[in-house]
Amino acid sequence: MNADLIIVLPEITLLALACLILIIDAFSKDPAHLLTYWTTQASLLIVLALILFDFPTNTAIAFHGSFVSDAMSATLKAFMCGISCVVFFYSYEYVKERNCVQGEYFVLGLFAVLGMMIMTSAYSLLSVYLGLELLSLSLYAMVAMQRDSSSASEAAMKYFVLGALASGMLLYGISMIYGLTGSLQLMTIAETINVDATNRMYFVYGMIFMIIGIAFKLGAAPFHMWVPDVYQGAPTSVTLFISTAPKIAAFAMAMRVLVDGLMPLISDWQSILIILAVLSMATGNIIAIAQTNIKRMLAYSTIAHVGFLFLGLIAGTLSGFSGSMFYIISYALMSMGAFGMIILLGRNGFEADLLEDFKGLAERNPWFAFVMLCIMFSMAGVPPFLGFWSKWFVLKELVASGFVELAGIAVVFSIIGVYYYLRIIKLMYFDTPNAMTSVKSSKQMRFVLSMNGLLILALGLAPNILMALCLTVLSG
Amino acid sequence: MITLPEVLLLAAMLFCISVVGIFLNRKNVIILLMCIELMLLSVNMNFIAFSHFLGDIHGQVFVFFILTVAAAESAIGLAILVVMFRNKDTINVDDLNSMKG
Repeated sequence: MNADLIIVLPEITLLALACLILIIDAFSKDPAHLLTYWTTQASLLIVLALILFDFPTNTAIAFHGSFVSDAMSATLKAFMCGISCVVFFYSYEYVKERNCVQGEYFVLGLFAVLGMMIMTSAYSLLSVYLGLELLSLSLYAMVAMQRDSSSASEAAMKYFVLGALASGMLLYGISMIYGLTGSLQLMTIAETINVDATNRMYFVYGMIFMIIGIAFKLGAAPFHMWVPDVYQGAPTSVTLFISTAPKIAAFAMAMRVLVDGLMPLISDWQSILIILAVLSMATGNIIAIAQTNIKRMLAYSTIAHVGFLFLGLIAGTLSGFSGSMFYIISYALMSMGAFGMIILLGRNGFEADLLEDFKGLAERNPWFAFVMLCIMFSMAGVPPFLGFWSKWFVLKELVASGFVELAGIAVVFSIIGVYYYLRIIKLMYFDTPNAMTSVKSSKQMRFVLSMNGLLILALGLAPNILMALCLTVLSG
Repeated sequence: MITLPEVLLLAAMLFCISVVGIFLNRKNVIILLMCIELMLLSVNMNFIAFSHFLGDIHGQVFVFFILTVAAAESAIGLAILVVMFRNKDTINVDDLNSMKG
């Protein structure tokens, strides 16, 4: 029992600290909630340190097979904590500028991180479900947090209804798989499916519902209806959070359910994922061209990126999965930079969320125009930026597994996608600004965002470091 | 004696009713919340039926967790509904259309 507690130590610590911060915040009279903010950052760093200090070298299973700690989960959790730290920093700059700091934001954020960590380490369908719900419920509340905004409450309602529908689908699939295998534990499920060849059709029936649930949470077409509205309607600080760490968690969930639990059904889920991937890349890249709001455009770009993420899973090999892992981590870094840039350019009463707000940025502020250029080139997949390598690794593994036509389709759609990223660069460098307003954000915000942009550039110049890490942790 | 397929069929029917309810309903957000609740309860029925016929307790434990999460979920759903009503003065599903594209 004691060994079990040590395995879940990071989660327990985070839970305790989140509850403590909730109490601290309830007694704080400071309108800027400085104490809440700094304790939140400190607790994320403590958890990060705990994960890195006790980095698991082999797979350890706790609590009767419902929780697993392995190198993959530890790496993904470390990235989630690190990314959430930066995200909270950007968000704090955003709410401080607008004088609407709410302590609950950070507490809910910490609970969301806890949910993500549980999803990442889930080894039974019950813990998958509980982690997912902890994450989703926190996110619904965070979207609705700006109580006087009509679009935020509308976005929250849509997110809530469609998210609950997705959970319902996932649960129906779980109940079917449970009924057929008599177990909730992912390993036992995989073993049972391997032995039992006669019921394959029924397993696939349950699996389809589970894949629908996962696709909803990741925002893959045709289950993407909520993504654009939530990204546009939610305050930028929340959109930033939704588009980064939870995507990594959703990838981890897909890995746990599809690879750990339903690997014997790989030929069936491959064909479903191919449909989802092609539809996502098509809708994402084509509809994004028509957008005038940059948050909505980035939402469609997320959908397209999720399609690419599926390509690595479709490859069905260890290196394919690590390609996907590389893809989702680099996507989280790029998305963090892009939304950070919207926060940096905005100020109280001005959101900078329209494409035309980026007009002539190179004249107003050449350095941040360059950082945005790095991020956009990276998202478009232009070498030598990080986004090129993430697409490259995924496509390479896809071709190695024999899906040449699918790789061709993916290349075509990503070329279509280049158009709307380049449009932003054209607006920044070749258009005259509407007003010569200078960028007025704080020094530390400029510093962190510059670092974020440079990290994308640096990792793009040395992609093998991150790729080697992904390969090692997945094969370990 | 009730057999397993009969219970599964009933649960599947309830599940379909709730999904159709979510997509067809164009009037009231509260009906959406009711549909979501019905969906979770139909899944519970599945779990209990499987648990009973398999003689395995895990399914019933899962049901307790679903019930708890469903309670939290409807609390958040109603809270969002109140916020939305304050901003928009309506809970009509058709009026949730300020964002397009």
